[in-house]
Amino acid sequence: MIEQHTIALAGNPNTGKSTLFNLLTGLKQHTGNWAGKTVDMKAGYFSHKDRKYEIVDLPGTYSLYSNSADEELARNYIIFEKPEITIVVLDATSLERNMNLALQVLEMTGRVIVVMNLMDEADKRGILINEKILMRRLGVPVIKISSRNRTGVDMLLDTIDRMITGEISTEPVTVVYDEETEKKIILLEEKAENIFQGRLPARWVALRLLDGDQRLIEEIEKRFAGRLEDGFAGRASVSTIGRSV
Amino acid sequence: MGMAKTISLADGEKGDRIRISKLHIEGVMRRRLLDLGFVPGRIVEVLRKSPLGDPIAFRVSQTCIALRKEESGQIEGELVDS
Repeated sequence: MIEQHTIALAGNPNTGKSTLFNLLTGLKQHTGNWAGKTVDMKAGYFSHKDRKYEIVDLPGTYSLYSNSADEELARNYIIFEKPEITIVVLDATSLERNMNLALQVLEMTGRVIVVMNLMDEADKRGILINEKILMRRLGVPVIKISSRNRTGVDMLLDTIDRMITGEISTEPVTVVYDEETEKKIILLEEKAENIFQGRLPARWVALRLLDGDQRLIEEIEKRFAGRLEDGFAGRASVSTIGRSV
Repeated sequence: MGMAKTISLADGEKGDRIRISKLHIEGVMRRRLLDLGFVPGRIVEVLRKSPLGDPIAFRVSQTCIALRKEESGQIEGELVDS
Protein backbone atom coordinates (compact mmCIF):
# COMPACT_ATOMS: atom_id res chain seq x y z
CA MET A 1 0.00 0.00 0.00
CA ILE A 2 1.22 3.45 -0.83
CA GLU A 3 1.72 5.72 2.13
CA GLN A 4 -0.72 8.61 2.40
CA HIS A 5 0.51 11.98 3.59
CA THR A 6 -1.65 14.40 5.51
CA ILE A 7 -1.99 18.12 4.90
CA ALA A 8 -4.13 20.67 6.74
CA LEU A 9 -5.37 23.84 5.11
CA ALA A 10 -5.76 26.81 7.47
CA GLY A 11 -6.61 30.45 6.78
CA ASN A 12 -8.82 33.44 7.50
CA PRO A 13 -12.35 33.43 6.08
CA ASN A 14 -12.57 34.65 2.45
CA THR A 15 -8.97 33.98 1.53
CA GLY A 16 -9.88 31.57 -1.27
CA LYS A 17 -8.94 28.64 0.92
CA SER A 18 -11.80 26.47 -0.31
CA THR A 19 -11.14 27.43 -3.92
CA LEU A 20 -7.62 26.13 -3.49
CA PHE A 21 -8.96 23.02 -1.78
CA ASN A 22 -11.32 22.33 -4.69
CA LEU A 23 -8.58 23.00 -7.18
CA LEU A 24 -6.28 20.47 -5.54
CA THR A 25 -8.81 17.73 -4.88
CA GLY A 26 -11.37 18.10 -7.69
CA LEU A 27 -14.29 15.85 -6.86
CA LYS A 28 -12.36 13.61 -4.52
CA GLN A 29 -13.70 14.98 -1.25
CA HIS A 30 -16.08 14.21 1.53
CA THR A 31 -17.54 16.17 4.41
CA GLY A 32 -17.09 14.79 7.87
CA ASN A 33 -18.05 15.59 11.40
CA TRP A 34 -14.91 15.50 13.49
CA ALA A 35 -14.29 14.81 17.15
CA GLY A 36 -17.89 15.12 18.27
CA LYS A 37 -18.26 18.72 17.13
CA THR A 38 -21.08 20.05 15.03
CA VAL A 39 -18.73 21.95 12.76
CA ASP A 40 -18.02 20.25 9.46
CA MET A 41 -14.60 19.82 7.94
CA LYS A 42 -14.01 18.62 4.44
CA ALA A 43 -11.32 16.12 3.57
CA GLY A 44 -10.12 15.56 0.02
CA TYR A 45 -7.52 13.53 -1.80
CA PHE A 46 -4.98 14.12 -4.53
CA SER A 47 -1.82 12.61 -5.94
CA HIS A 48 1.36 14.26 -7.06
CA LYS A 49 4.57 12.59 -8.22
CA ASP A 50 3.37 9.11 -7.17
CA ARG A 51 2.57 10.31 -3.69
CA LYS A 52 -0.93 10.30 -2.22
CA TYR A 53 -2.20 13.09 -0.02
CA GLU A 54 -5.16 13.59 2.25
CA ILE A 55 -5.91 17.27 2.71
CA VAL A 56 -8.27 18.64 5.36
CA ASP A 57 -9.98 22.00 4.88
CA LEU A 58 -10.05 23.53 8.37
CA PRO A 59 -12.73 26.11 9.23
CA GLY A 60 -11.75 29.65 8.18
CA THR A 61 -10.80 31.63 11.30
CA TYR A 62 -8.98 34.85 12.25
CA SER A 63 -7.39 33.21 15.23
CA LEU A 64 -7.04 29.87 16.98
CA TYR A 65 -7.49 31.07 20.55
CA SER A 66 -10.85 32.78 20.93
CA ASN A 67 -12.43 29.44 21.78
CA SER A 68 -15.27 29.41 19.29
CA ALA A 69 -16.13 25.89 18.08
CA ASP A 70 -14.52 26.60 14.69
CA GLU A 71 -11.28 27.80 16.20
CA GLU A 72 -11.05 24.95 18.67
CA LEU A 73 -11.58 22.43 15.92
CA ALA A 74 -8.86 23.94 13.74
CA ARG A 75 -6.48 24.22 16.69
CA ASN A 76 -7.14 20.68 17.90
CA TYR A 77 -6.57 19.26 14.46
CA ILE A 78 -3.19 20.94 14.04
CA ILE A 79 -1.96 20.22 17.54
CA PHE A 80 -3.31 16.71 18.18
CA GLU A 81 -3.68 15.16 14.71
CA LYS A 82 -0.31 16.56 13.63
CA PRO A 83 -0.68 16.87 9.87
CA GLU A 84 2.67 16.45 8.11
CA ILE A 85 2.26 19.84 6.51
CA THR A 86 0.00 22.75 7.41
CA ILE A 87 -0.66 25.19 4.60
CA VAL A 88 -1.66 28.64 5.83
CA VAL A 89 -3.56 30.53 3.15
CA LEU A 90 -3.23 34.31 3.41
CA ASP A 91 -5.11 37.05 1.56
CA ALA A 92 -2.29 38.89 -0.23
CA THR A 93 -4.34 42.10 -0.21
CA SER A 94 -4.71 42.08 3.57
CA LEU A 95 -1.50 40.73 5.07
CA GLU A 96 -1.59 42.84 8.23
CA ARG A 97 -4.79 41.11 9.29
CA ASN A 98 -3.83 37.68 7.97
CA MET A 99 -0.37 37.42 9.50
CA ASN A 100 -1.85 36.93 12.97
CA LEU A 101 -3.06 33.44 12.10
CA ALA A 102 0.17 32.57 10.28
CA LEU A 103 2.23 33.41 13.38
CA GLN A 104 -0.14 31.47 15.61
CA VAL A 105 0.27 28.38 13.44
CA LEU A 106 4.07 28.83 13.37
CA GLU A 107 4.05 28.66 17.17
CA MET A 108 2.35 25.27 16.94
CA THR A 109 4.33 23.61 14.17
CA GLY A 110 7.27 24.34 11.94
CA ARG A 111 5.95 22.14 9.14
CA VAL A 112 4.24 25.05 7.45
CA ILE A 113 3.92 26.43 3.94
CA VAL A 114 2.58 29.97 3.70
CA VAL A 115 0.49 30.57 0.59
CA MET A 116 -0.19 34.11 -0.59
CA ASN A 117 -3.48 33.75 -2.35
CA LEU A 118 -5.45 36.33 -4.36
CA MET A 119 -2.22 37.51 -5.98
CA ASP A 120 -4.19 38.58 -9.07
CA GLU A 121 -6.18 40.97 -6.88
CA ALA A 122 -3.02 42.23 -5.14
CA ASP A 123 -1.36 42.89 -8.51
CA LYS A 124 -4.42 44.81 -9.64
CA ARG A 125 -4.20 47.04 -6.56
CA GLY A 126 -0.49 47.60 -7.03
CA ILE A 127 0.47 45.67 -3.90
CA LEU A 128 4.01 44.33 -4.18
CA ILE A 129 5.00 41.36 -2.06
CA ASN A 130 8.61 40.32 -1.62
CA GLU A 131 8.18 36.67 -0.79
CA LYS A 132 11.93 36.12 -0.42
CA ILE A 133 12.13 38.52 2.52
CA LEU A 134 9.00 37.02 4.05
CA MET A 135 10.44 33.56 3.62
CA ARG A 136 13.62 34.58 5.40
CA ARG A 137 11.74 36.26 8.25
CA LEU A 138 9.19 33.50 8.77
CA GLY A 139 11.63 30.66 8.19
CA VAL A 140 9.20 28.64 6.04
CA PRO A 141 8.38 28.54 2.30
CA VAL A 142 6.18 31.36 1.02
CA ILE A 143 4.41 30.72 -2.29
CA LYS A 144 2.42 33.26 -4.30
CA ILE A 145 -0.62 31.84 -6.00
CA SER A 146 -3.93 32.80 -7.52
CA SER A 147 -6.31 29.89 -7.13
CA ARG A 148 -8.77 31.80 -9.29
CA ASN A 149 -6.34 31.99 -12.21
CA ARG A 150 -4.65 28.73 -11.26
CA THR A 151 -1.19 30.27 -11.15
CA GLY A 152 1.45 29.18 -8.67
CA VAL A 153 -0.23 25.85 -7.90
CA ASP A 154 2.56 23.81 -9.56
CA MET A 155 5.08 25.61 -7.41
CA LEU A 156 2.99 24.78 -4.33
CA LEU A 157 2.76 21.07 -5.26
CA ASP A 158 6.48 20.98 -5.85
CA THR A 159 7.15 22.60 -2.46
CA ILE A 160 4.85 20.09 -0.73
CA ASP A 161 6.77 17.27 -2.40
CA ARG A 162 10.15 18.65 -1.41
CA MET A 163 9.01 19.15 2.16
CA ILE A 164 7.84 15.52 2.39
CA THR A 165 11.15 14.25 1.01
CA GLY A 166 13.03 16.43 3.47
CA GLU A 167 14.71 18.40 0.71
CA ILE A 168 13.25 21.53 2.28
CA SER A 169 13.63 21.90 6.02
CA THR A 170 12.11 24.82 7.88
CA GLU A 171 13.29 27.05 10.69
CA PRO A 172 10.14 28.78 11.88
CA VAL A 173 10.55 32.18 13.49
CA THR A 174 10.09 32.27 17.26
CA VAL A 175 7.88 35.08 18.47
CA VAL A 176 9.73 36.61 21.42
CA TYR A 177 7.67 38.11 24.24
CA ASP A 178 8.65 40.58 26.94
CA GLU A 179 11.24 39.61 29.53
CA GLU A 180 8.81 38.73 32.29
CA THR A 181 6.74 36.51 30.01
CA GLU A 182 9.83 34.82 28.57
CA LYS A 183 11.01 33.92 32.10
CA LYS A 184 7.72 32.22 32.83
CA ILE A 185 7.69 30.52 29.45
CA ILE A 186 11.09 28.95 30.13
CA LEU A 187 9.92 27.67 33.54
CA LEU A 188 6.75 26.12 32.16
CA GLU A 189 8.34 24.92 28.95
CA GLU A 190 10.72 22.68 30.84
CA LYS A 191 7.92 21.08 32.83
CA ALA A 192 5.74 20.70 29.76
CA GLU A 193 8.61 19.03 27.93
CA ASN A 194 9.06 16.53 30.76
CA ILE A 195 5.39 15.66 30.71
CA PHE A 196 4.71 15.52 26.99
CA GLN A 197 8.13 14.45 25.72
CA GLY A 198 7.72 15.85 22.26
CA ARG A 199 4.10 14.86 21.82
CA LEU A 200 3.03 18.50 22.16
CA PRO A 201 5.18 21.56 21.45
CA ALA A 202 6.37 22.57 24.93
CA ARG A 203 6.76 26.30 24.31
CA TRP A 204 3.29 26.44 22.84
CA VAL A 205 1.81 24.60 25.85
CA ALA A 206 3.61 27.07 28.13
CA LEU A 207 2.10 30.00 26.25
CA ARG A 208 -1.40 28.56 26.46
CA LEU A 209 -1.03 27.99 30.20
CA LEU A 210 0.05 31.59 30.66
CA ASP A 211 -2.96 32.60 28.59
CA GLY A 212 -5.16 30.67 31.08
CA ASP A 213 -6.56 28.52 28.29
CA GLN A 214 -8.81 26.28 30.39
CA ARG A 215 -10.40 24.64 27.35
CA LEU A 216 -7.03 23.41 26.15
CA ILE A 217 -6.21 21.91 29.54
CA GLU A 218 -9.54 20.05 29.45
CA GLU A 219 -8.81 18.81 25.93
CA ILE A 220 -5.36 17.58 26.97
CA GLU A 221 -6.83 15.79 29.99
CA LYS A 222 -9.34 14.10 27.71
CA ARG A 223 -6.83 13.06 25.07
CA PHE A 224 -3.95 12.08 27.33
CA ALA A 225 -5.96 10.53 30.17
CA GLY A 226 -3.72 7.96 31.84
CA ARG A 227 -1.21 8.05 29.02
CA LEU A 228 1.37 10.38 30.45
CA GLU A 229 4.41 8.51 31.66
CA ASP A 230 5.97 11.00 34.01
CA GLY A 231 4.85 9.14 37.09
CA PHE A 232 1.89 11.43 37.75
CA ALA A 233 -1.67 11.13 36.65
CA GLY A 234 -2.07 13.30 33.55
CA ARG A 235 -4.74 15.35 35.19
CA ALA A 236 -2.74 16.32 38.24
CA SER A 237 0.40 17.23 36.36
CA VAL A 238 -1.16 19.34 33.65
CA SER A 239 -3.27 21.30 36.11
CA THR A 240 -0.48 21.81 38.60
CA ILE A 241 2.19 23.12 36.28
CA GLY A 242 -0.12 26.00 35.45
CA ARG A 243 -0.30 26.92 39.11
CA SER A 244 3.38 26.74 39.88
CA VAL A 245 4.28 30.07 38.25
CA MET B 1 1.09 70.96 19.08
CA GLY B 2 -0.76 70.11 22.28
CA MET B 3 -1.16 66.82 24.06
CA ALA B 4 -3.06 64.28 22.02
CA LYS B 5 -6.58 63.92 23.31
CA THR B 6 -7.35 60.57 24.92
CA ILE B 7 -10.85 59.22 24.37
CA SER B 8 -12.63 55.90 24.44
CA LEU B 9 -13.58 54.42 21.09
CA ALA B 10 -17.24 54.73 22.11
CA ASP B 11 -16.85 58.53 22.20
CA GLY B 12 -15.42 58.77 18.68
CA GLU B 13 -17.40 60.74 16.09
CA LYS B 14 -17.89 59.71 12.48
CA GLY B 15 -14.64 60.32 10.57
CA ASP B 16 -12.43 60.34 13.68
CA ARG B 17 -9.17 58.46 13.47
CA ILE B 18 -8.02 57.03 16.77
CA ARG B 19 -4.70 55.42 17.65
CA ILE B 20 -5.45 52.66 20.14
CA SER B 21 -3.41 52.87 23.35
CA LYS B 22 -5.01 50.50 25.84
CA LEU B 23 -7.64 47.78 26.15
CA HIS B 24 -9.31 47.66 29.56
CA ILE B 25 -10.69 44.18 28.91
CA GLU B 26 -9.35 40.79 29.94
CA GLY B 27 -9.85 37.19 28.97
CA VAL B 28 -11.42 35.77 25.87
CA MET B 29 -13.00 39.05 24.76
CA ARG B 30 -9.61 40.77 24.89
CA ARG B 31 -8.14 38.02 22.74
CA ARG B 32 -11.06 38.31 20.32
CA LEU B 33 -10.60 42.08 19.96
CA LEU B 34 -6.84 41.73 19.44
CA ASP B 35 -7.48 39.09 16.79
CA LEU B 36 -9.90 41.40 15.03
CA GLY B 37 -7.22 44.08 14.85
CA PHE B 38 -7.93 46.29 17.90
CA VAL B 39 -4.25 46.28 18.80
CA PRO B 40 -2.40 49.03 20.73
CA GLY B 41 -0.56 51.27 18.26
CA ARG B 42 -2.94 50.70 15.39
CA ILE B 43 -5.16 53.47 14.00
CA VAL B 44 -8.88 52.77 13.59
CA GLU B 45 -11.42 55.02 11.93
CA VAL B 46 -15.00 55.61 13.05
CA LEU B 47 -17.07 54.73 9.98
CA ARG B 48 -20.60 55.21 11.29
CA LYS B 49 -22.64 55.32 14.44
CA SER B 50 -26.14 53.96 14.71
CA PRO B 51 -28.83 56.47 15.75
CA LEU B 52 -28.46 55.77 19.45
CA GLY B 53 -24.68 55.52 19.24
CA ASP B 54 -24.62 51.77 19.77
CA PRO B 55 -23.18 49.84 17.99
CA ILE B 56 -20.41 51.75 16.24
CA ALA B 57 -18.69 50.61 13.05
CA PHE B 58 -14.90 50.96 12.78
CA ARG B 59 -12.48 50.45 9.97
CA VAL B 60 -9.70 48.18 11.23
CA SER B 61 -7.00 47.05 8.80
CA GLN B 62 -9.21 47.36 5.73
CA THR B 63 -12.21 45.68 7.30
CA CYS B 64 -15.37 47.12 8.79
CA ILE B 65 -16.11 45.83 12.28
CA ALA B 66 -18.98 46.95 14.53
CA LEU B 67 -18.59 46.92 18.30
CA ARG B 68 -21.12 47.34 21.06
CA LYS B 69 -20.54 50.17 23.55
CA GLU B 70 -19.81 47.51 26.15
CA GLU B 71 -16.57 46.75 24.31
CA SER B 72 -15.74 50.00 22.51
CA GLY B 73 -16.15 51.88 25.80
CA GLN B 74 -13.31 49.80 27.25
CA ILE B 75 -10.85 50.63 24.48
CA GLU B 76 -8.85 53.81 24.88
CA GLY B 77 -6.90 55.75 22.29
CA GLU B 78 -5.64 59.11 21.08
CA LEU B 79 -7.33 61.22 18.46
CA VAL B 80 -5.15 61.51 15.38
CA ASP B 81 -5.21 64.66 13.22
CA SER B 82 -6.42 63.72 9.78
